[in-house]
Amino acid sequence: MSAGHSLQDVKEIGKRIRKKIIQQVTWAGCGHPGGSLSGTDILSTLYFRKMRFNAQDPQWADRDRFVLSKGHCTPLLYATLSEAGYFSDDLLTSFRKIDSKLQGHPEKDYLPGIEMSTGALGQGLAIGHGMALGLKLNNSPGRVFVMMGDGEIQEGMIWEAAMSAGHYKTDNLVGIIDANGQQIDGNVKDIMDVAPLADKWAAFGWHTQVIDGHDYEAIDAALDTAINVTGKPAIIICKTVKGKGVSFMEGVVKFHGTAPSVEQSEIALQEIEEKY
Amino acid sequence: MTEKKAMRDAYGEALIALGNSDADVVVLDADLSGSTRTAMFAKVFPNRFFNMGIAEQDMAGTAAGFSCVGKKPFMSSFAMFATGRAWEPIRNSICLPNLNVKVVCTHAGITVGEDGACHQALEDISIMRVIPHMSVYVPADYYEARALIIALNDKPGPVYVRLARAGSPVVFDENYQFNFAEYPVLQSGSDVSLFACGQMVPIAQKAAQTLQAAGISVDLININTIKPLHGDQILKSVIKTGAVVTAEEHSILGGMGSAVSELLAKNAPTPIEFVGTQDVFGESGDGDLLMVKYGLSEARIVEAAQKAIARKANRPS
Repeated sequence: MSAGHSLQDVKEIGKRIRKKIIQQVTWAGCGHPGGSLSGTDILSTLYFRKMRFNAQDPQWADRDRFVLSKGHCTPLLYATLSEAGYFSDDLLTSFRKIDSKLQGHPEKDYLPGIEMSTGALGQGLAIGHGMALGLKLNNSPGRVFVMMGDGEIQEGMIWEAAMSAGHYKTDNLVGIIDANGQQIDGNVKDIMDVAPLADKWAAFGWHTQVIDGHDYEAIDAALDTAINVTGKPAIIICKTVKGKGVSFMEGVVKFHGTAPSVEQSEIALQEIEEKY
Repeated sequence: MTEKKAMRDAYGEALIALGNSDADVVVLDADLSGSTRTAMFAKVFPNRFFNMGIAEQDMAGTAAGFSCVGKKPFMSSFAMFATGRAWEPIRNSICLPNLNVKVVCTHAGITVGEDGACHQALEDISIMRVIPHMSVYVPADYYEARALIIALNDKPGPVYVRLARAGSPVVFDENYQFNFAEYPVLQSGSDVSLFACGQMVPIAQKAAQTLQAAGISVDLININTIKPLHGDQILKSVIKTGAVVTAEEHSILGGMGSAVSELLAKNAPTPIEFVGTQDVFGESGDGDLLMVKYGLSEARIVEAAQKAIARKANRPS
């Protein structure tokens, strides 16, 4: 279960997750560190302060669900699930390798705790919405959290889901945007501007918050607010920094989908150790 | 004259039966519920019906999510839009995780008629059957459609069902039970195997009678399951007859005929003629007239059978 972790604990867990992200992409020689590091503080707080789950009973019907719509950030997801006790750290060495359960993008049920296959961008919100509507039909208290990227929401399907969740007033659905401002080809505002984000989501009928996605207290409070919203879905737009926590990765588009060298990796791990 | 009944009406009726027997069944539509007949379910079970608006991708993703929490979603639209617009969510969010989502589409084929080419799905069998985990069914009439939908509810996994808009001659009766292991043999014969699906089945029945009158013995099989293909049964027929005609209201590229020919090329190369649309788009017009114009006719099947049999005779020994 997630309950009971202090914010101080969560920060420590976040530090370990950051290290595991660096290690996985280094071992694999590829993967997506930038968006994994930008979402680390959000996901650490969500899993270890807010979400109801039981790693010993992964199919518990009333658990909360997490859908990683920005599915390329598997290093973050796998690190988080390993911290949550779903599987052993040893598996992380197999990330992206042949015959591994840790696929480049998540595959549902390959390992306990992976709720859904994602990776083709733009699909997670509709999936999360279906889960949330289904949980309501099941009279389950389960809630659904969907993490999207701000580049990802250029996909039209996101806005179809934004419309339908607003229409159905699906209040057991919480969207989280890891708004790091960058995508593979460059800055989101240059490639295809998605601003003004808060206005757009509000216009689609969502309760909307904008926070600093690296401020644990702010994330914690925003999640509480979003979870308690009734009569509409809630979204938290988290302003983040791609590659957060590693100086030479922060704000560097290249590290969206490039692994650091072994030497860079050692520096990164050292920086994380000192900074957090 | 043979009684005509619409497969989509069977779908609406089957959904109501499932709604009564299984509380986990949910139905999604994309603003065509009156046409697909999911509105019949919506009227009886409003809390388990979700109109997603004109947004097929969202419908597919939402259906996937329903499945993740144990519901049994049926999602429907016209074949063109659900399989076309939502192909990638169907592939990646339904089939890749092997979810229990039934994609049931109406208005397939050229008999959509007056709405014209943009609404006439002639590629849907092809694009659905190439996706791993997906099964593909094309019932021949109202009774088979109803029996299939009810039987599918107990068969987990992603499924595509192709239904027509218009009323078509009935082939079976109300006692029909869908058999997932074997195709219905509508007529046994020894000169040519005639494999038909969907609305081509009653037309193939007429063609078989015409051929019979001309002294040609036809083995007529209703290929209601295009994936997984019942290969043994097909091969058994083909080895007996040595000549094949496939007939489908679909492009000859990638559909049922292609599936059969893939099987035969590997296991029993045999002269085969394909009755279907010839890599062209359709157009507006009366459905029955379009069927004839685009070669989906009794006459075309008869010609194809004669051609296949002639090729059998000329086969180098």
